[in-house]
Amino acid sequence: MAVAAHDSKPIEGYLPIDPPVTVDGERVTIDARGVYYRTLNEAVRRSVTGGATEVVLENVNGQRYIGTGVPGAGVRIVVRGTAGQDTAMFMDGPTVEVFGNAQDGVGNTMNAGRVVVHGDAGDVLGYGMRGGTVLIKGDVGYRVGIHMKAYERQVPVMVCGGKARDFFGEYMAGGMLVLLGVDSRIDGPVVGAHTGTGMHGGVIYVRGEVEPWRCGAEVGVSAADDQDMARLVPVLEEYCAAFGADIEAISASSFTKLAPVSHRPYGRLYTYL
Amino acid sequence: MPTSLVQPEFKVHIDYDKCHKCGRCVQQCGWNVYSFAERPVPEDAKCRACHRCVTYCPAHCITIKKHELAMRENAAWPSALRQGVWRQAETGGVMLTGMGNDQPYLSIFDHLVLDACQVTNPSIDPLREPMELRTHFGRKPDNVQVESDGEGGFRLAEGTSTERTIALSTPIIFSPMSYGSVSLNVHRSLAMAAERCGILMNTGEGGLHADLYPYADHVIVQVASGRFGVDPEYLNRGAAVEIKIGQGAKPGIGGHLPGEKIDQAVSETRMIPQGTDAISPAPHHDIYSIEDLRQLIYAIKEATGYKPVGVKIAAVHNVAAIASGIVRAGADYVYLDGFRGGTGAAPKIIRDHVGIPIEIALAVVDQRLREEGIRNHASIVAAGAIRSSADLAKAIALGADVVAIGSAALMALGCHLCQGCHTGSCSWGLTTQKPELTRRLDPEWGAERLSNLVGAWSHELQEILGALGVNAVESLRGSRDRLRAIGLDEQTCAILGVKPAGL
Repeated sequence: MAVAAHDSKPIEGYLPIDPPVTVDGERVTIDARGVYYRTLNEAVRRSVTGGATEVVLENVNGQRYIGTGVPGAGVRIVVRGTAGQDTAMFMDGPTVEVFGNAQDGVGNTMNAGRVVVHGDAGDVLGYGMRGGTVLIKGDVGYRVGIHMKAYERQVPVMVCGGKARDFFGEYMAGGMLVLLGVDSRIDGPVVGAHTGTGMHGGVIYVRGEVEPWRCGAEVGVSAADDQDMARLVPVLEEYCAAFGADIEAISASSFTKLAPVSHRPYGRLYTYL
Repeated sequence: MPTSLVQPEFKVHIDYDKCHKCGRCVQQCGWNVYSFAERPVPEDAKCRACHRCVTYCPAHCITIKKHELAMRENAAWPSALRQGVWRQAETGGVMLTGMGNDQPYLSIFDHLVLDACQVTNPSIDPLREPMELRTHFGRKPDNVQVESDGEGGFRLAEGTSTERTIALSTPIIFSPMSYGSVSLNVHRSLAMAAERCGILMNTGEGGLHADLYPYADHVIVQVASGRFGVDPEYLNRGAAVEIKIGQGAKPGIGGHLPGEKIDQAVSETRMIPQGTDAISPAPHHDIYSIEDLRQLIYAIKEATGYKPVGVKIAAVHNVAAIASGIVRAGADYVYLDGFRGGTGAAPKIIRDHVGIPIEIALAVVDQRLREEGIRNHASIVAAGAIRSSADLAKAIALGADVVAIGSAALMALGCHLCQGCHTGSCSWGLTTQKPELTRRLDPEWGAERLSNLVGAWSHELQEILGALGVNAVESLRGSRDRLRAIGLDEQTCAILGVKPAGL
């Protein structure tokens, strides 16, 4: 879509110039240096509708919404640099692999696809996420996995290899959220406070112990049993395959399971007038 | 001990001399008021005065009356407050109710009157002269640039026309009511009427059912904090996308659609499992600032090829500054919902005591956006008990581009304001998912009644405009000089930008 005249002024220090694009068969390389996010994402979408199956973005420095509005499940987007806010937001199929860190909102309201971040990521990851997989190698911030949900065959999975801050899995309604605490630069507990507050579906697995006081009143805390491990091990294997981690070492520890005590946490809150 | 101190609010009286003993009332009542033992026997405590039985009784033998038990007079303790204390002492629960604020706050619309032409300037007869109600909804260009079309003619330059706005035939849209809180037949009625009237309906936060896809050009799809039913396909189907921040009936409060309302079809549309509560968090947890809001607006624009994106907020104390931030964040419209706006379910205390009137919010937002030179960047939608074409005309004079109607639309479909939406047992088949109740609304009948209502208000608006001597609704927009106040204090008049009658 053409940029309309009244939007074409310099925005936030960027000129709306098209980025340099190198085409090599179905592989397209785009130099993102100094390119405004809107023109960068237009170039990605243009490449994909033009038949590219792999789009490599070089010199990414915080451009937003990479992977948003990109059609096609067979498409792989490689990000070199720091992926900006809301990477893979509303994404519906493609794979985004970030060689670097990612900012806030990775996988926000994501429907399908796969995100792999070879580094740390920020706050509010996977908010309202309904499907697909998000793998973060290292630490994550606050409010991660809020209101993840599941519907029929769509069951989202997010694995964070490092530690997480407060409100991990708040309002969780479905899917699987895994926290390993193994690849971390945070000096502190594996997870912050208010974990799983308002949880009414899905499951959280945390490697090692979680003190019950860190969890919301709606969360039941137990040790992961064999059945849980049968679900968890394939996900751990996926994490290890993505980042070259040692599955033996990771699965050597016990896991704690956090699950909702009710699917109707607020069913008794009201008196009907 | 007594099971309850709360006495029935209504008394159901059946004139058994006239009664056919046909049992129609038993069948029609969604609240199970009637049992049948040779003749219908009412249980007063269950009656909500929705008049379904009265309307359908073939013998016209049912009367609903107030149950007027004498209580010692006490101006500090009206009956409703005493009953609330007793009820909460019994249950320990938060009082949940439906529809809008019913408290006797001052109605500012009822203290505003419109101008008309007499002698010195001619009024216009809309029956014989053109009277334009067409309204362009969304962002308008800052200036107009004309360029050659290359064939000796001229055209508006790209980006300076109204190409990104949505053309409405009349400045009325239907307010968001989610599928789940209302039935699918209500959604069908609204969508069909929106298409016929050349206006828009709004999904609310419950997703878009496949039956509504043919009407998608007349549908605003909503994104709320629960993100129910939101995927790229949903965002791209709608004519516009709306981010719901708040609602006039419950500012700052999230939503809980109870599990019993999540049947198979609601589950498919919301994309959540059957029977679990659908919980919308109070805030969007990816929006804690205007900058975050901008991020979501542009995420939606990136996902939709830059469709119009609006933001709905409840009218609260600092609404002008908030609306300014919303417009600067890139919203194509700001939807202001006043404190009388309806709801499918809200805590009564919040509904009745939080938020400000739409008239005030509208006036201060329009004024603020004008002062900042950004009024053209976004349309303003005014909602929250727009009850007639008079409210519509006054809202436009106070600065609204468009009004949204929810309660009035439901009333067109049979709603009697019994405030029982949250129970899921609406006898009129509107705010329920019970199949035996939802089939009571024929969408064709509903669409016709909604179209009649919108058409009638539009005609009345044309009459008002004609009396004002203008021939387009654009000429009334923000024209506060055509309003006068009766019985409002000086400061309220100043806030509204309206003079008292006589000046």
